[in-house]
Amino acid sequence: MVIPNLVGAGLIVLGGGLGLGQIGGKAMESIARQPEAAGKIQTAMIIIGALLEGLAFGALILGS
Amino acid sequence: MMAKQSIKFIVVFLLVLVSFKSFADGGSSHHEKGNVIDTPQEIKDHIKHHLKDSHDFHLFSDNAAGKHYGFSLPVIVWTSKGLKTFMSSAFHHDDAGHVVVDKGDVKLTKIHSKIYELNAGATAVTFDDKHHATNAHKVLDFSITKSVVGMLLAGVLMFLGFVTLAKGYKKGPIPTGIGRLLEPLVIYVRDDIARPNIGEKKYRKFMGFLLTVFFFIWILNLLGLTPLGFNVTGQIAVTACLAIFTVVIYLFSGSKDFWAHTLWMPGVPVILRPVLAVIELVGFLLIKPFSLLVRLFANMTAGHFVVMSLIALTITLKESFGAVGSTGMSLVLALFISVIEVLVAFLQAFIFTMLSSLFIGMAVEEHDHH
Repeated sequence: MVIPNLVGAGLIVLGGGLGLGQIGGKAMESIARQPEAAGKIQTAMIIIGALLEGLAFGALILGS
Repeated sequence: MMAKQSIKFIVVFLLVLVSFKSFADGGSSHHEKGNVIDTPQEIKDHIKHHLKDSHDFHLFSDNAAGKHYGFSLPVIVWTSKGLKTFMSSAFHHDDAGHVVVDKGDVKLTKIHSKIYELNAGATAVTFDDKHHATNAHKVLDFSITKSVVGMLLAGVLMFLGFVTLAKGYKKGPIPTGIGRLLEPLVIYVRDDIARPNIGEKKYRKFMGFLLTVFFFIWILNLLGLTPLGFNVTGQIAVTACLAIFTVVIYLFSGSKDFWAHTLWMPGVPVILRPVLAVIELVGFLLIKPFSLLVRLFANMTAGHFVVMSLIALTITLKESFGAVGSTGMSLVLALFISVIEVLVAFLQAFIFTMLSSLFIGMAVEEHDHH
């Protein structure tokens, strides 16, 4: 049985979305706890987000 | 009052931007039938065509009259008979290998934005059943393509902007005009990207590269949102080249500690050290540059794809919502996604610079020995 590319793309987006949700949610929580550290948290959040994005895009490119 | 006026101005500006973009994109395809684009397949082909680099600078076409507006660009190719140069207008907008340009000893043709040289004795291209040319081969292409024009334009813009900024400091400490826009960005790259990641002592050496990369990517991303229809940062060759620059820089500026920690990690059992060395080397030589290049490429490609698909709603939804309804819907959606794209244009430039400085920071770091 061949799984269509689009199903794979959906799974990748699902995983990426879960990851981004975790990162974003935790970052929000920590900013709410420590508003004075918002800048540092944001930078770290964007870096992790970018790494995750690279992973997801890599998978999408390999799959297409 | 002022705020209201500027909001009005921005809204009108964005509306004009979107409408012009759809106009420009709507025309830049040239399919053989010569009529307007109206089926999903044609829209797909058209978007694919836009995402690729092209040998002529196409602004728009009048399909009814069969006329194309724009200008042709020089083609510079290295064939089996040496260097050949001519203008891309010689192909007459053909992209399927029908028009053969005879340059005396070699015959050249263009298939899907790639230049092919016909084998000796052949006069027309023949295709096999998978639509691969059977009697022609690719040549080394150094042409000034649309993307090259975009990069040159970005270079000129950066040169003019920064020369103005530098000259501004001779008159006084506060820059005027375009310098007011550029100075905070330069300081942002220095204080928020380079300094914390590379370290106070060594960041100055890498500022030139980081600033160049940041503004190059940012300007090219923004150019991609104009009706000119550039898609330079969506070319994998361009992003790969930028990533290779980063790799070369961090490999050649790596400190003694960096190489020691990469190749022979201290503090772990000896049996694990070769395994870790392999993992680290693959990470630094393959995975890090790959993620850098794929992220920028995929983001910009996806952005262009979404904008163009939303503009194409005018065509695809015409049957169900009528001309006015579908145009209004695509206008609103394309407008919002264009605004998001302006943010993404900056974010991608920031991310690329940020990760580059992070990798450079890892390489130049010197550890305290215990």
